[in-house]
Amino acid sequence: MISRREFVIATCVTASGTMPGAIFATPAAMNEAIRAITGGAEARRGRVKLDAPALIENGNSVVLAVSVESPMTQADHVKAIHVFAPMNPLPNMVSVHLGPRSGRAQFSTRVRVADTQTLVALAQMSDGSFWSDQVSVVVTIAACLEELK
Amino acid sequence: MILGSPAGAQTPPAERRSGYEFMGPDTRAMQDDDATNPGMLWVLDGESLWKRKAGSADKACAECHQDMKGVAARYPALRSGKLINLDQRINACRVEQQKAPALQLESRELLALSAYVGRQSRGLPIDIAVPEQAKPFLESGRAAFNRRQGQLNLSCTQCHDGLAGNKLAGNPIPQAHPTGYPIYRLEWQGMGSLQRRLRNCMIGVRAEPYAYGSSEFVELEYYLMWRARGMKLETPAVRP
Amino acid sequence: MARAIIQVPARAKRGEIIELRALIGHVMETGFRRTESGSLVPRDIIRQLVCSYNGAEVFRADFHPAIAANPLITFTTVATESGRIEFRWTGDNDFSATESAPITVE
Repeated sequence: MISRREFVIATCVTASGTMPGAIFATPAAMNEAIRAITGGAEARRGRVKLDAPALIENGNSVVLAVSVESPMTQADHVKAIHVFAPMNPLPNMVSVHLGPRSGRAQFSTRVRVADTQTLVALAQMSDGSFWSDQVSVVVTIAACLEELK
Repeated sequence: MILGSPAGAQTPPAERRSGYEFMGPDTRAMQDDDATNPGMLWVLDGESLWKRKAGSADKACAECHQDMKGVAARYPALRSGKLINLDQRINACRVEQQKAPALQLESRELLALSAYVGRQSRGLPIDIAVPEQAKPFLESGRAAFNRRQGQLNLSCTQCHDGLAGNKLAGNPIPQAHPTGYPIYRLEWQGMGSLQRRLRNCMIGVRAEPYAYGSSEFVELEYYLMWRARGMKLETPAVRP
Repeated sequence: MARAIIQVPARAKRGEIIELRALIGHVMETGFRRTESGSLVPRDIIRQLVCSYNGAEVFRADFHPAIAANPLITFTTVATESGRIEFRWTGDNDFSATESAPITVE
């Protein structure tokens, strides 16, 4: 279920992101997005492993994988994993919601990375703690495109 | 400064490498698995279209054709003295046999059908015939490949024979073998034909691209496929 | 309905952790692109994927415009019982798609 607070944050991010002449997000916007989830609680480095290629051939489709060390039992599991991109137009990339039926706290998907930046993954645990990891990626562009850019 | 190879100096046949080998491991993995290759979405759509009745003749492709193994590996080819590519051959069937209007070049339906047909030749060597009457077309395509063009005044051969393997804007320059068309290009985030890719090349050197379906394009495709003869088809390929 | 390709193992042992994959055709228009004349192309994305196992939600993903076109996602679940695993995508402009596959758990 989406909480009211999450809904408000989501619509605010949407509104600012689709205005004409939209500016790109900044690390500050990402920190706000992270704070919306953690409520200001500390997110410690560790237990989370964020994988993305260091050198990206094409920012339109980048394989991204996150795994978190966790027994994934009812008593001790990862509730959600969120991934952020501080230099994309919007800081939020994807959030996955897991539980004891997941078996492992891991997922993989393909994302758009707008520019060279440091991606951040945040894991939300069932005991209320937060853990994170980050990875720096360099984006190159294809040489022969359809439009003059 | 770009040091180009002299016109006509080709990559030796044994040193030819598919664009696949110039890609990173993630992109290769995307192509290797039918469950992750976005091109398969078009192949499945093509399979549906193949079985669907069309036109005033109310016929489906499947009613006349069994499997299309080997077909995509042989195009472009001569048909009644005219050089045509696979897309044009599919349209010829639509118009003549199904009595349906030709599909627009680069349309989703035509890409789906050519992806479906192409997939059935996956793993087979490209096998382009050059009968006597086709030789002028091959020479015309070869000349286009070797000719300097555009504001940047570059020829295809300078980069793709002479400088393949070097980097341009951070990415390796491939040898330009059309081993997997139609491809899912990450840059397009969609499927496209060899002609679409060639248009990108021509815009890349700031040349006026040929029109879709033009004889200039089909002749260049003919030369490129002939230059890649013996290499295995990978349709539907994924490319950056 | 949009074309989707899912991968669910046909058989598994009870308690085994299985990998599930879901790929769906969708342009995932970000809302940040402009046409040649300069106007913004409106956002049109898949917002959510819910995976259910015999009706119970076992995985949920919230997609943002940063998800690449033709979204693919891979994740795991525990094979608990025989039945059906269903994937349901929803998004902008009333987008909706479902795909499911049977699983036999021994």
